[in-house]
Amino acid sequence: MIVAERKPLEEIKSMLKGYRRVLTVGCGTCVAVCLAGGEKEVGVLNAELNIARKLDGDPIELGAACVERQCDMEFLDELQGLVDQYDAILSMACGAGVQFMAERFEDVPVFPAVNTTFIGANRDVGWYEEKCRACGTCVLGMTAGICPVTMCAKGLFNGPCGGTNNGYCEIGNDQPCAWYRIYERLARQGRLEQIMEIHPATEWRNQTPRTLVQAAYRKRKELAES
Amino acid sequence: MELKSGSNLEKILRAGHFAFTGELGPPRGANDAAVREKAQFLKGNVDSVNITDNQTAMVRMSSWAASLIALQEGLEPNYQMVCRDRNRLAMQSDVLGAYALGIRNMLCLSGDHQQFGDHPRAKSAYDIDSVQLIQMIKKMRDDGKFQGDADIDTPPKMFIGAAANPFADPFEWRVYRLAKKVKAGADFIQTQCIYNMDKFRRWIQQANDMGLTEKIYILAGVTPMKSIGMARYMKSKVPGMDVPDEIIKRLQGVDKKQVAAEGIRIACEQIAEFKEMKGVAGVHLMAIEWEHKVPEIAEQAGMLPRPQV
Repeated sequence: MIVAERKPLEEIKSMLKGYRRVLTVGCGTCVAVCLAGGEKEVGVLNAELNIARKLDGDPIELGAACVERQCDMEFLDELQGLVDQYDAILSMACGAGVQFMAERFEDVPVFPAVNTTFIGANRDVGWYEEKCRACGTCVLGMTAGICPVTMCAKGLFNGPCGGTNNGYCEIGNDQPCAWYRIYERLARQGRLEQIMEIHPATEWRNQTPRTLVQAAYRKRKELAES
Repeated sequence: MELKSGSNLEKILRAGHFAFTGELGPPRGANDAAVREKAQFLKGNVDSVNITDNQTAMVRMSSWAASLIALQEGLEPNYQMVCRDRNRLAMQSDVLGAYALGIRNMLCLSGDHQQFGDHPRAKSAYDIDSVQLIQMIKKMRDDGKFQGDADIDTPPKMFIGAAANPFADPFEWRVYRLAKKVKAGADFIQTQCIYNMDKFRRWIQQANDMGLTEKIYILAGVTPMKSIGMARYMKSKVPGMDVPDEIIKRLQGVDKKQVAAEGIRIACEQIAEFKEMKGVAGVHLMAIEWEHKVPEIAEQAGMLPRPQV
């Protein structure tokens, strides 16, 4: 899922300076699961903002809403009508949701309440780890299910550098060396030949904005655009 | 004999001489006099001098610029390039420029992570890795083509170097990483500073057994210890460095004023062993911020005079 972290209150407050009526919108999918921007977090943020603005002698009227997915126009349509009553929208969705919100309601300023952090997994309650950089050229089959683009601090493709330190990365002892682990796991599976050949320079596919249309829906897209 | 680059280092190695290379760290400023001053200690005492590239991720005078100053001072530079700061476009254009201005050796490295240096939040490039960099430079030299396959007008004929660290784990993997660099097209290797001789002997034995030392020149890395503090720091703080306790004990066993001399003595003993070691084609002396000691070390290690080829 997409993992996000709420911005500090001060930063949110400074973005909302001068706005009196603001609609805070949560997102019910990734950011709700990672406890950053779901319905509950909308309530908490509004309560904090309310008090802070009162203390500043500049009260604010805050609305609250939460849609299933802000990265889907269909769900944003639900907000039509409600949005008209506000000067600005504070979106608690990931960067994709914020942008779709801003596109859907083009006349209203939309502000992000979270920092989109990474694509990650849930290690434990409230504990998330980055796992994927969405490079578009997945090599996990070769690397025993450990991503060198994400988990190696240098994003190397041909094995551990000279900085491996007792199984940890040279950047610090909290970070396991991805390639050390790749080596160990492949050795255990008897698949070391996977990394013996040179992996050539990556043809990066994430250097321009990407669009993906699944084959079965290409006609539909053509129709929509004609 | 047909040479790949015609560099002095290549000629020395091809002629079967035991190579002796040095290192020069560019200054943290535009101080060309500092480079010239360090160069004087190295001139005539080594076959080629590595010019480091923003080592430890600290901004320094660019390695190609310092290489050119070294060249003006009569040294043969070994131009280091790390993958951290440049993408493939910048790397290739710098190689063309370096060759056009007389640089003939290169050392291809991953580079220390930016988190070590004075710009820890910089965005790194790591567009390609060190193995891919070797491949790219070889393709430019031998095929006359850029990484993107277009033809190069005048290909840069570099003598291609790479690094190897026999001491970083997993140890069993290290010789295979060396094999990858051989296959990618490296002509010579300079190793990490060696202190654990037993481990190094095992590694070079593996390289011999796999036939790698017949395909590539391996220069053993030597860094004399200046002090006990340095030895302790290298042991505990430098990732991938293996300093056995015996080294520290030996330094502790001499009079305080003699520690540096003992460090040099240890280095010279290592060099003497490397001269006889099968698979080792030379020594790379990294006298870190101790360039002025190079003449003395070279003399004491019996490396002088350097052969003329």
